[in-house]
Amino acid sequence: MPESSVSIHCRVNGKDVDVSGHPMMRLLDALRTSLHLTGTKEGCGEGECGACSILVDGELVNSCLVPLVHAEGVEIVTIEGVADDERLHAVQEAFLAEGGAQCGICTPGMVLASVSLLKRNSSPTDDEIREGLAGNLCRCTGYQRIFAAVAKVCRDGKGGPR
Amino acid sequence: MSIGQSVVRKEGRAKVTGQSRYVDDLFLPGMLHGLTVRSPNPRGLIRAVHYGDGIPWDEFTVVTASDIPGANVVALINDDQPYLADEYVNHTEEPVVLLAHPDRALLEEARRHVTVEINPLPPVFTLEDSLQASEIIWGEDNVFKSYDVRRGDVDAAFAAADIIVEGDYETGAQEQLYIEPNGMLAVARPEDGVTVWGSMQCPYYVHKALARLFNLPDAKIRVVQMETGGGFGGKEEYPSIIAGHAALLAWKSGRPVKIVYDRAEDMAATTKRHPSRTRHRTAVSRDGRLLAMDIDFVIDGGAYSTLSSVVLSRGTIHAAGPYFCPNVRIRGRAVATNAPPHGAFRGFGAPQSIFALERHMDRVARSVDLPPDDFRRRNFIQTGHTSAVGQVIRDPVDMSALLTRALEMSDYRNKLATFDRSNPGATVKQGIGFAAFMHGAGFTGSGEDHLASVVTVEATAEGRVRVLTSCTEIGQGTNTVFSQVAADALQLDVSDIEIVQPDTSAVPNSGPTVASRTCMVVGKLVESAALSLRAKLQESLEQGLSFAAACREYIQQRGALRASAQYQRPPGVRWDDERFEGDAYGTYGWAVYVAEVSVDITTFQIRVDDFVAVQEVGRVINPLLAAGQIEGGVAQGIGWALFEEVAWREGRMANAQMTNYIIPTSMDLPPIRVYFEETPYAHGPGGAKGLGELPMDGAAPAIANAVSHATGADVRRIPITPESVFELMEAVRA
Repeated sequence: MPESSVSIHCRVNGKDVDVSGHPMMRLLDALRTSLHLTGTKEGCGEGECGACSILVDGELVNSCLVPLVHAEGVEIVTIEGVADDERLHAVQEAFLAEGGAQCGICTPGMVLASVSLLKRNSSPTDDEIREGLAGNLCRCTGYQRIFAAVAKVCRDGKGGPR
Repeated sequence: MSIGQSVVRKEGRAKVTGQSRYVDDLFLPGMLHGLTVRSPNPRGLIRAVHYGDGIPWDEFTVVTASDIPGANVVALINDDQPYLADEYVNHTEEPVVLLAHPDRALLEEARRHVTVEINPLPPVFTLEDSLQASEIIWGEDNVFKSYDVRRGDVDAAFAAADIIVEGDYETGAQEQLYIEPNGMLAVARPEDGVTVWGSMQCPYYVHKALARLFNLPDAKIRVVQMETGGGFGGKEEYPSIIAGHAALLAWKSGRPVKIVYDRAEDMAATTKRHPSRTRHRTAVSRDGRLLAMDIDFVIDGGAYSTLSSVVLSRGTIHAAGPYFCPNVRIRGRAVATNAPPHGAFRGFGAPQSIFALERHMDRVARSVDLPPDDFRRRNFIQTGHTSAVGQVIRDPVDMSALLTRALEMSDYRNKLATFDRSNPGATVKQGIGFAAFMHGAGFTGSGEDHLASVVTVEATAEGRVRVLTSCTEIGQGTNTVFSQVAADALQLDVSDIEIVQPDTSAVPNSGPTVASRTCMVVGKLVESAALSLRAKLQESLEQGLSFAAACREYIQQRGALRASAQYQRPPGVRWDDERFEGDAYGTYGWAVYVAEVSVDITTFQIRVDDFVAVQEVGRVINPLLAAGQIEGGVAQGIGWALFEEVAWREGRMANAQMTNYIIPTSMDLPPIRVYFEETPYAHGPGGAKGLGELPMDGAAPAIANAVSHATGADVRRIPITPESVFELMEAVRA
């Protein structure tokens, strides 16, 4: 192992994994290149757009801002871990039904932000939905249909923790 | 029938689960990463390139202009832009040297050790300076292209006019800011040819450019579109450059090479919306009828001509808007500056000239003491009228009805009165304003004739239908809409239709994915080809065979089951390129947008509180997707109007970051209420017209008019920043 390398153990989407790399390697790159989980996207690389959002120990974070060395022992959920095998999460179903995804590049992060929001607050107001998604930029939709998707999950009573 | 239904997005499941493959998700064995070393200067003579010490240069693939096997030119319209600067640089960020290496970190380190030494020449940074022509940087006069539109006797009308209203209006550059940066992966070997996979709108543009760059026959070039994370015009022409760069590195190294721009590079180096300046002079009668319009429209094209001539033609044609005026003169010019070339962005010149027009029309209305809605109703173009470029409007058009509906939906009259009462003395002032406009669908003029687009539909022995086009899904819904059109023509279910991934080795050239043409023009070809395919099975189907059985029988007896359709100009449509006159577009979408704003005169922060978008775009094929297009376009228009300012420093974008180039977040947008008036268009699939660009046109002028209503500020320029409103209100007070 090269001297500037660390070996990290963590759980990703419910599975134990070991990842090696430079301690300052972005978690985003570790997920995409080492673990081949390419659903997490890079939009800006500076924590502004939220395309690289993942859940770390239940918290929504920008994986472009997290160094690999900080991932020791954590529990990570990426977009690949949101659906239950073939059964989509209610948020994913609602994004389909309401047209919340257009080009799809912000969608993984936006889905995770919505899941995270609904875990914290199962019946958010319109303003709380806007605030809950404010760290995730979308250039296609004008957000209207993303709000509608989150509202649909709440309306259908599927917003709570699962 | 699926047309008219909100069918779920065809590739939606892959997108919400993160399974969609974008170019950066591709990894090939032995792959190198590529990088572009760019000019630090806006203009000058390249004296030398230095490769600094401390980098293992023998591990790197280094490409300069001398390595190019074919022509060092990005083939598009004119051949003035090189792939790699050789002798001169003409803008900051111009590509000079390409590097490739397996290690991205070392590659970045190497970039910092390359120095491009340049003898500077005097640069030109603004369109006004370019027009002055004291320094000539392109051609003989810095003018890429000009158009002159003349209708009636403008000078005589001005001489006889009671009232003349003048005004200058400006719009700034705008970054497309698709969330997926540009990128390409290339494999290139002299014996096999060149293959690229990437993020793009126009596979055959890339194809044409690579054939010239490598001097290879068409069959040796293959271009494949990967899932594309937004385009908005920003992936119309520039991907040809990145594809060429990746392929040059692959050609020289013998290994696959991937170039994916980081955000800063994408923002600084790739195209943006053309900045513009429009000068209006309008003669109007005391009873509010337009007598003459004299319009001078200038756009800043940046250092090379790229698409500026066609951006200019659309902007020029839209400059007189949805009005009838007997005497019109429009002078359109696209000029050169030493900025990175400006290019396609949703609306393609029309948002610029319509911003100026619709802000100006409010001022003209005021000059004759008419409410802005009454004034416009007196002048709206109607069926049977002739436009400034000589197009007789044949389709039914009723702008007054759209205006009435938009004003009702927004409660315009009531709000106008309420705000007028509450604003004096208030620290948060409210305003409401609107814009009326149209947008031509499809290529301008004879463009569609030259493209002569082809679509193929084929069926398998199992009755699966495959639609082959070069139109790309970039989020706007191509896959879903084409499936709906084909399914209805074939009387099948949408799930029976497969849209083939655009790959120039497999699909015909159905033109670029631009100009609000995909659904209307290419969708019509999908419909025609599908109907032809069904006609081949007509007998078997009449005998009661299922579609699948009929396909099997046909294929067993006669072989491949496929049908193609090629673009045919609708009857009666004529355009004269020489005279720039005739039917500029097959048809138009028509719209009225209303914006309600509040302006806090302590902080000068502007908020859009409500937005109504009423439009007639023919039959709506998929209401959910169509509304999504309108909402997204309006959001980009709001960003352009209020937040998105490119800070230029010596021809370079100084705020090439999402941190300080601000696009609307979920907190910044109002509810956007969308209404479609549906008047079927005879030459679109199921009666549809194009709609993708239309929503970009209306938001900025509607907001500018609303801010003016709220504050009395005479807004002439966007973005309308808090600072600019402060200054304008100070001017009113003085």
